[in-house]
Amino acid sequence: MLPSSRPAFTLALGLLGLSLALGMLGVAGGSTGLEPLSTLWHAPVAQQIVADIRLPRVLGAWAAGALLGLAGAVAQGLFRNPLADPYLLGSASGANLGVALALVVFGGSPLASAWLARLGLTGAAFVGAIAGVLLTLSLARGVQHTLRLLLAGVIVGVVLGAAKDMLTLAAPESLQAMQAFALGTTGFVGWSACLLMLTVWLLCMAVAWGLSRLLDALVLGEATAQSLGLPLAPLRLGLVLVLALATGCAVAQTGLIAFVGLAAPHLVRTVVKTLHGPLLLLSSLAGAVLLLGADVLARLLLAPQELPVGVLTAVLGGGYLLWLMHRRVRLGAAS
Amino acid sequence: MKIIMWLVLGLYLTSAQALQITDDRGVVVAFDQPPQRIVSLLPSLTETVCELGRCARLVGVDRYSNFPEHVKALPQVGGGIDPNIEAIVALKPDVVLMATSSRVADRLQGLGIKVVALEPKTHADVRRVLHLLGQVLEVKDAQTVWRVIDAAVSAAAQSVPASARGQRVYFEVNAGPYAAGEVSFIGETLTRLGAKNIVPAALGPFPKLNPEFVVRANPEVIMVGDRNSVLMAARPGWGGIAAVKAKRVCVFSPAQADVLVRPGPRMAQGARLMALCLAGQLTEAAP
Repeated sequence: MLPSSRPAFTLALGLLGLSLALGMLGVAGGSTGLEPLSTLWHAPVAQQIVADIRLPRVLGAWAAGALLGLAGAVAQGLFRNPLADPYLLGSASGANLGVALALVVFGGSPLASAWLARLGLTGAAFVGAIAGVLLTLSLARGVQHTLRLLLAGVIVGVVLGAAKDMLTLAAPESLQAMQAFALGTTGFVGWSACLLMLTVWLLCMAVAWGLSRLLDALVLGEATAQSLGLPLAPLRLGLVLVLALATGCAVAQTGLIAFVGLAAPHLVRTVVKTLHGPLLLLSSLAGAVLLLGADVLARLLLAPQELPVGVLTAVLGGGYLLWLMHRRVRLGAAS
Repeated sequence: MKIIMWLVLGLYLTSAQALQITDDRGVVVAFDQPPQRIVSLLPSLTETVCELGRCARLVGVDRYSNFPEHVKALPQVGGGIDPNIEAIVALKPDVVLMATSSRVADRLQGLGIKVVALEPKTHADVRRVLHLLGQVLEVKDAQTVWRVIDAAVSAAAQSVPASARGQRVYFEVNAGPYAAGEVSFIGETLTRLGAKNIVPAALGPFPKLNPEFVVRANPEVIMVGDRNSVLMAARPGWGGIAAVKAKRVCVFSPAQADVLVRPGPRMAQGARLMALCLAGQLTEAAP
C-alpha cells in the first residue's frame, strides 16, 4: 500500500538523528561559543544555565519548529497550494495585533508589568491568533469554499496588519517590543512553554494524522473527494482548527518565525513521495530540525550576540530550496 | 596689490553671507540671516533649540517631541521618518532640523527649504550639536550651556557613594534582549558614573544579546528602559541573577526613558536618574 514507506522511514530516522545532534550542539553552545559538556558540570552557574536555559531552549525551538512544520503541511494540503503557509488564515496578523493591543492598553500604566507578566504577551498573542482565524472563518462563511477561505485570510491579514500599524504609530514606545515579536525569538522559552508546546504538538499531530485521508482525497480535486463519500465540511473544519491551534501556540511562545512552515513540507516532498499521514509527520520533523538548526546558528555565529532566529530560518530554508530547484533544473537539462 | 584687494573684497562678501555650516551629511548650508522660523523633526534637536533659549522660534515639531512642555502646543508635522511634507511647507520654515536617517531632506530641499541634518549619538555629539546650532541661531554662549550640562553630569557622578561604584550594571533597551553597550550614549553616562557595564565596547552600541550572557555576567544592578520588558524573574534562569535576587532592578517610566535615551541637553538629568538607581534609591519605586 505504501510503496515509499521505506524512504519515508529512513528520512524520519535521519531527521530524528539530526535533531539529536543539533540538540547536543545547542546544549554545548552558548554565549561563550562552544564548550565541552564535561567542563560544564563543574561550575554551578554553568549547570544552572544548561538546566534552566539551554535545555528548554533547545527543546522549545524543536517543538515550535515541529508545530510550524505540521501547520505548513496541513495548510498546503488543505488549500492544494504549494505557496500556502501557516500564517495564511490571519493568525500571524491576529497575534501581532493582540500583542500590539496588550502593549498599548496595558504598557503605559504602572500596574502593567505585573499584569503583563501574569497573562503575558504570550496569552495576548495566542488569543489574537485564534481570533484572527475565527474572523477569517466567519468572513468566509465557513470552510466550504477553499478560494473564499483563502481570500478572506488574505484580507484579514492585511486589515489586521494595518490596524496594528495604526496602534504602534500612536504609541511609539511599543515599537521596539513589537519588532522583537515580529522577528521571533527562542531566547526566553522556559520549561513550562516547552511542555505546553510538546503537548499541543502531540494533540495536533494525532488529530491531523486521523484526518489525513481528507488531504489525500483533496489531491484529486474537491469534486472527487466529495464523490468518495467523505464528510468534507467537518473534516476540513477539524484541519483548520489544528492549523489554528498549532500556529497560535508556536507564535505565542516564539513570535512570528518566518518561512519554517512554508519550507518544511517542500523539503520533505523533494526527498520522498508519500501519503499525507507520513508527510505531516515528516514535515513536522523537518520544521523542527530547521528551527533548531537556525537557533543553534543564531547563538553561535556572533556569540555572545544573537541574530534574530527568523532571519536565519529564511536564509537556511530558502537557500536549501533554491539549491534543490537549481539542481533539479540542471539534472532536467542533462537528461 | 590687486590680489590683496580681491581678497579683502572676498572676505567682505563672505561675511555678508553671514553664516555657513556643514551638517552631518557633509552638506554645506548657508544662511543670509539667522533663521527665525524653525521646524524640528527630532526630539533631541527640539530640546537643544529650547536649551539654547530659542524655543520661541520653533513653529513646528515632530509627533515625538514632548519636551519642554511648551512644544506640545506647537503644530505637529508627523514623525521623523514619515513627516508631512505639505504641513512643513505650509509653516514656511527658514530651516528644518532633522536626523540624517530621515529621507525627506532631498524632497524639502527641492522645494527650496533649507535643511540641517544632524545625528547626535554620543556625549561629544551633544556638545558638537549645541555648538553648531548655537552658531546657526546666533547664541553667543553655547559653550557655557555645554559647560553647565557637563558640570551637572560630573555632579551626578560625585553623588554616587563610593560603595556604589564599580557595580556590574546591565542596561536593557528592550526585551530582544537588546542592551546598551559601553559605546552607546547610555553606556558613556554609566561609565562616567563609575559603573561597570557588563556589555563591553567590542559588542557595539546596542547588541542583541544571548540571554545566558546576562545570567553569566551576573549584574548587581539592572536598569530597564522599556516598561514592556518581560518581568526579569519570570525569564528562565534569571531568578539567580544578583540584581534580581536583591531586587535591584530599576524600571524607568516612559518619561524617564525619554530623558535617558535622547542624546540631548537633558543628559545630566539622565545621569542623575542613573546615579539614584546605582545608589539604590530608585529601586522598584519609579514614579
